[in-house]
Amino acid sequence: MTVVENRTDPATLGTAATPASPASPASVRLVASARRRHASRRRTAVVVLVVLVLATFAASLMVGRTFYPPLDVLRVVAGQDVDGATFTVGTLRLPRAVLAVATGLCFGLGGAAFQTLLRNPLASPDIIGISAGASAAAAFAIVVLGLSGGAVSAVAIVAGLAVALAIHGLSARGGSAGARFVLVGIGVAKMLESVTLYVLSLAGQWDLQEAMRWLTGSLNGSSWEATVPTLVALLVLGPVLLLLTRQLGALQLGDDTAAALGVRVGRSRLLVVVAAVGLIAFATAATGPIAFVAFLAGPIAARVVGRRGSVLLPAALVGALLVLVADLVGQYALGTRFPVGVVTGVLGAPYLLYLIVRSHRSGDSL
Amino acid sequence: MTTSHTLAAEALTVGYADRSVLTDLSLEVPPGRITAIVGPNACGKSTLLRSMSRLLPPRSGSVLLDGRAVHHLPARALARTLGLLPQSPVAPEGITVADVVGRGRHPHQGLFSRWSHADDVAVAEALEATDTVDLADRAVDELSGGQRQRAWIAMALAQQTDVLLLDEPTTFLDVSHQVEVLDLLTDLNQARGTTIVMVLHDLNMAARYADHLIALVDGRVHAAGDPAAVLTEETVRAVFGLESRVVDDPVSGRPLMVPIGRHHTGGPVGAATPAASKG
Repeated sequence: MTVVENRTDPATLGTAATPASPASPASVRLVASARRRHASRRRTAVVVLVVLVLATFAASLMVGRTFYPPLDVLRVVAGQDVDGATFTVGTLRLPRAVLAVATGLCFGLGGAAFQTLLRNPLASPDIIGISAGASAAAAFAIVVLGLSGGAVSAVAIVAGLAVALAIHGLSARGGSAGARFVLVGIGVAKMLESVTLYVLSLAGQWDLQEAMRWLTGSLNGSSWEATVPTLVALLVLGPVLLLLTRQLGALQLGDDTAAALGVRVGRSRLLVVVAAVGLIAFATAATGPIAFVAFLAGPIAARVVGRRGSVLLPAALVGALLVLVADLVGQYALGTRFPVGVVTGVLGAPYLLYLIVRSHRSGDSL
Repeated sequence: MTTSHTLAAEALTVGYADRSVLTDLSLEVPPGRITAIVGPNACGKSTLLRSMSRLLPPRSGSVLLDGRAVHHLPARALARTLGLLPQSPVAPEGITVADVVGRGRHPHQGLFSRWSHADDVAVAEALEATDTVDLADRAVDELSGGQRQRAWIAMALAQQTDVLLLDEPTTFLDVSHQVEVLDLLTDLNQARGTTIVMVLHDLNMAARYADHLIALVDGRVHAAGDPAAVLTEETVRAVFGLESRVVDDPVSGRPLMVPIGRHHTGGPVGAATPAASKG
């Protein structure tokens, strides 16, 4: 401070020393209170989402052609024998509702992980062909190879990873989040959908419900056998992704920034991709690629909790809510019964159009 | 505060595919000082900075931090001592300044550890040092170029490293913001003893703000040392292939390079006649 006097450098005068002083208590309070405000908004949002998921889950056990009051439902869930309700609630509605929650969580979490990693809402696994690949493989495994259960999931996950790798290879020069990546992915998705159609046409008896499942996703014919692998995948891979939240936050700032922050970029990215593809593939093997759930859950969750921090957990809950509500609407609100994917498709397509129109207006690449 | 770390490159060769960008390069970064790396486009400036922060593996040779090869240090431990602000960090849409700066705390946070008071203090300090407290709740993509660069520097400061590398921190900034950013880095260096290494495009800014100047050409160090010794007419000719006059900067007393092109070289104050300047 004292040596500055005899110099004529005006830039040095009057600026020194501020950074050395530790932060003023006022700024620390400001930073801490803003962070707490956001954390509490986030907690509230998560609690509200959990309550909504539970309420919709309960409703889907009670509502149907016959209405069963909460007490009957509780007794069935507790294992008691209730006339009529034991079959309708215990065998039909309960596995269906559990599968709806499980696949919704998988799609929401896997989709948001992809969108965050690739910094692009369009880079969702159901847009870029990963769900379509898992679906084609699952249909092939069931219809042609005659497999079932865990083997179908295994084939689906291998196919999902292969598609992720193929898209990455085909678009290598465009950067992993660029328009090229998304466009290549959309092309691959269309190709794989036609593979699914071809596989379905090989089936001995051609079943419309079955075809709908592998093209848009359906919860019809839900059973515990289909639900268990998805639940296991969720319990194993879900925590892996949630533990990678901070790494994902750093990766969002660019690979170089993340590496400079001490993230092992290659390893973290590989873990995120494998875990997310795993979730998507297991869910797809059970219900087919329920249209647009992975794509919609992240952006909706970001609206709910705000842009600060990670969107993974809220996105998973939004995914579960979307599937539950869409399935209720598809079954009972429209006169005819529609598979869940038809309803989510109607919700998702306009948002896809909105994103594309907006990105062109602002001059971004997709 | 002034725990000075030594940073050096020894016989470093780095390249992409079949092309070597840096060849057998050795240099030492003086601890606790400001070092600027200058050189023509594609001379390997950014590559040097990226390999010093272990983003690029060496083909041979090594980068030594306190005598240990950075490519063998644990990633998080290195990130607590040595920070890098890349040339173009990415701000996800709508992300706030406070959020970006908070992510600078990553190497200090464990897998299960929660956000701590120390993290809040570090973020507040970084915001104050860069004069971005008032911008904390603003979205990074809404800021002006100078404000955005201050926000990114705040992120690097929240990382609390004793060595900070910056890749062209003043590119895309107008001249007043260039001076603002370089003053800020000088404040940091003087107040905390942070060792700063930056790649700069502007020779005169480099000569004014650096204590130590490194001129690179074709992946080799052409000259290194005090700016007055390095920024000479001979160096400019050898490194940039440009004729120039080097004079004393009337403001700082450091060397000031005045380029000599094919036009407008008639001499000072109106000596260039209208006819001459047309030709």
